[in-house]
Amino acid sequence: MKQSVYSMCGMCTVRCPIRVESEDNQVTWIEGNPHLLGGALCAKGTAGVALVNDSQRPQSPLIRVGARGAGRWREAGWDEALDYIAAKLKTIKQTHGPESVVLSSRGGPWQGMYKAFIHAFGSPNYTNHDCTCGRNTHHASLSINGVGRKGFGYDIRNARHLVLFGRDMFSALRIAENHQTLDMLDKGGRLTYVDVRQTMTGAKASRFFQIRPGTDYALALGLIHEVIKRGYYDQDFLDRYVSGFDELCSFIEAYTPAWAAKECNIREKELLAFVDEIGEDRPGVIFHPGWNLARYRDSFYASRAMHILNVLMGNIELKGGLFIPKGAADCGLPGIRSIDCAKPDIKRGDGVGWQYTHFDKGPGLAHLFFNNMLKEDPYPIKAWIAMRHDPFSGMPDPQQQKLAFDKCELLVSIDTNYSEYGWYSDVILPESTYLERDTPIVQQKGLKPRLAVRRKAVEPRYDTRASWEIFTGLAHRLGLEATFPFTTIEELWAWQLEPTGHTMADFEEKGFVELIDQPLWHDRDQLDSTFKTPSGRIELVSEKLTKAGLPSLKPFEKPEAAEKGMFRLIYGKVAVHTQGHTTNNPMLSELMPTNTAWINTKQAKKLGIQTGDQVELSSADHSYNATVAAQVTDHVHPEAVFTVHGFGKEIPRQRRSFLAGVSDQKLMVGALDDWDQAGGGISLCEVFVHVKKSIRNTTRRAEL
Amino acid sequence: MKKYMIHLNSRRCIACHGCEVHCKANKNLPVGPFLCTVSCTPLKKVGGIPKTEITFSACRHCEDPLCVPVCPTDAMLQRRDGIVYIDQEKCIGCMACTSACPWEIPVQNPDTGKAVKCDLCMDRLDAGLKPACVAKCTTHALKLVTLQST
Repeated sequence: MKQSVYSMCGMCTVRCPIRVESEDNQVTWIEGNPHLLGGALCAKGTAGVALVNDSQRPQSPLIRVGARGAGRWREAGWDEALDYIAAKLKTIKQTHGPESVVLSSRGGPWQGMYKAFIHAFGSPNYTNHDCTCGRNTHHASLSINGVGRKGFGYDIRNARHLVLFGRDMFSALRIAENHQTLDMLDKGGRLTYVDVRQTMTGAKASRFFQIRPGTDYALALGLIHEVIKRGYYDQDFLDRYVSGFDELCSFIEAYTPAWAAKECNIREKELLAFVDEIGEDRPGVIFHPGWNLARYRDSFYASRAMHILNVLMGNIELKGGLFIPKGAADCGLPGIRSIDCAKPDIKRGDGVGWQYTHFDKGPGLAHLFFNNMLKEDPYPIKAWIAMRHDPFSGMPDPQQQKLAFDKCELLVSIDTNYSEYGWYSDVILPESTYLERDTPIVQQKGLKPRLAVRRKAVEPRYDTRASWEIFTGLAHRLGLEATFPFTTIEELWAWQLEPTGHTMADFEEKGFVELIDQPLWHDRDQLDSTFKTPSGRIELVSEKLTKAGLPSLKPFEKPEAAEKGMFRLIYGKVAVHTQGHTTNNPMLSELMPTNTAWINTKQAKKLGIQTGDQVELSSADHSYNATVAAQVTDHVHPEAVFTVHGFGKEIPRQRRSFLAGVSDQKLMVGALDDWDQAGGGISLCEVFVHVKKSIRNTTRRAEL
Repeated sequence: MKKYMIHLNSRRCIACHGCEVHCKANKNLPVGPFLCTVSCTPLKKVGGIPKTEITFSACRHCEDPLCVPVCPTDAMLQRRDGIVYIDQEKCIGCMACTSACPWEIPVQNPDTGKAVKCDLCMDRLDAGLKPACVAKCTTHALKLVTLQST
């Protein structure tokens, strides 16, 4: 029988709205929701059908029988696997207290449910992957605007100029955002792109700066200097809402465009011409404050500088600028209910909230658990449940992480795919693919907020379950029914929607429920309650940072230079893969089965390397190395070697991706402790690696 | 007679390879054959910015296709609207069509041993829909153009 459902993609964390057709329980067509995306979908989105049909994913719960990481498993039924985990968790709780269990997730709109589970269990230790993603950006926004990273949206379509510091949006593929940018360019808008290498985003730009790695902050400081010098700022907006402008003016004096150009290895003339354009285009200039800025030791300050540039433009709650995402309350409507449970009043195991008071307590910082786990301080951690999170693929130095995980009596992986962490864990609970599972309803904030839901298009192909079923199953075994009283998704949906007056039937027509007809803008003269800083103003000098002993306006420090024969490792994305979790997808691995190493032409010449040659990338201490093909180009900075993240997997059951390419995080030996003290993000681009031509470029044949 | 053409607006194309996968998934093709491809020229500076030229290629649906007459089983056919397609029932997989085609467009499907090529998703066209590559193009860069005689 033919069926069509509206749902939400799950191939990456953008979660584009989709429509899925199926026949006889086989997915036959996936497209972007016609009402929102006009059918548009990326390669990953279409490859969802290959994910469902892929036999190289866990097909039932698995319990480890050999040593950790040895890859010996036995298949178990759901009752057995959940009983096994629940019994272990009960013992651990009795012996070490509930706080000795950590739950980490990938984050996202359903993380409230995972968080509620661990809180109900009695542990404050919920964490997510954001220390390797947006934490620096998030904390930068909080310190200036009093609202986090998601406290602003970007009206790119109506902007005159979009400025991106390393945000390679045409590889990240938020489809709706991509449409906005391309529409802006079609209307004659400008795009300035800053990176250490050229990308598809930069190839679409009207201006491109190939800067020295680690100098984004310097470039932003030079821009602030010149913007202030020329008076290209909104004095009324500053007077009305901003504090600390005088301090900024005296701080920025030394950071001239000439200085910035020198630090960044770019031409001053180009920088000044860029400021000319800012003058022409303001206030419709959006400086995107970054997405994954877990990169350099000063990324937090770089992001702050980008926010400061937006503040100077006075572009907040302005058409063609930044806007405050609106929700049900802004529309005067009651919101949906969501599963929730208050956090137990116990110190977090990662030190966030008591040792580190300037960080957002929500998900804490995952990497800060590891040293505490080794020291068993403030208490031992005995179990780690990773929900669709792969600490080994996301965070640096998996071997160092293993030392901490070895202190645990229970490691659980809940994931659709085998992950590197999952392969090392004790129990794998296979989650149904996004095309085979329902999820709770979520609110999507924006200028036109809406309610959205993921509906299963087909029944699970293997013995897998939806995450809400997995957590409910565990909760019922642990006596947490009060937080998870639901036994069917229909009950859960009805309870969520009850205050709103909507029913599931309201999602049938378009796949979502729109909360308002027209875009909702706040009165720009009435933004006083918007900025949740201690002073209620946009704080260029943050009281909170000062209290934590951190500068708000930090002097620039030159990035380290590489030792001879070494290069700074830079990772990035590609349009056909989602980090580590699609490299084994049958359709996507055909497009890109392995990664390469980008090396600057001049450096490659010195090393005798040509495009296509096998090169050896080796960690600083030579404890990890991998051999990949070289991509020799002028369009990567000479100090950097670039590779696409997500490869170098060592999971034998993933036969397409097994040992294909190089893993950036395995090259990052020792980098787990290198993190931004002000922003909390791990400094993933502060690692140097050895690069040389491999001896595997065979010229002779010794065998018959 | 030729009626349709797929046009790429290269200003909007971001070479995300979506079209290639949309096509393969719609035609249920295994690893190996691609019926359309997107390719980029090596980066070259234009006005100080490294740029690339992006091209989309698939069967041209020639007005006088060389692949049709060489087919020994009359499996390669041309419709009245110009679409050149392969009747899978009749195809024996001899691949004479590939040799005849100046661009070597038809490819072999390793699952069936038969030749496959772009047919502009004629089943979809006949149902009033667009070809898969066009319908789902990530950035709406691909368009199906209906040619008009003047």
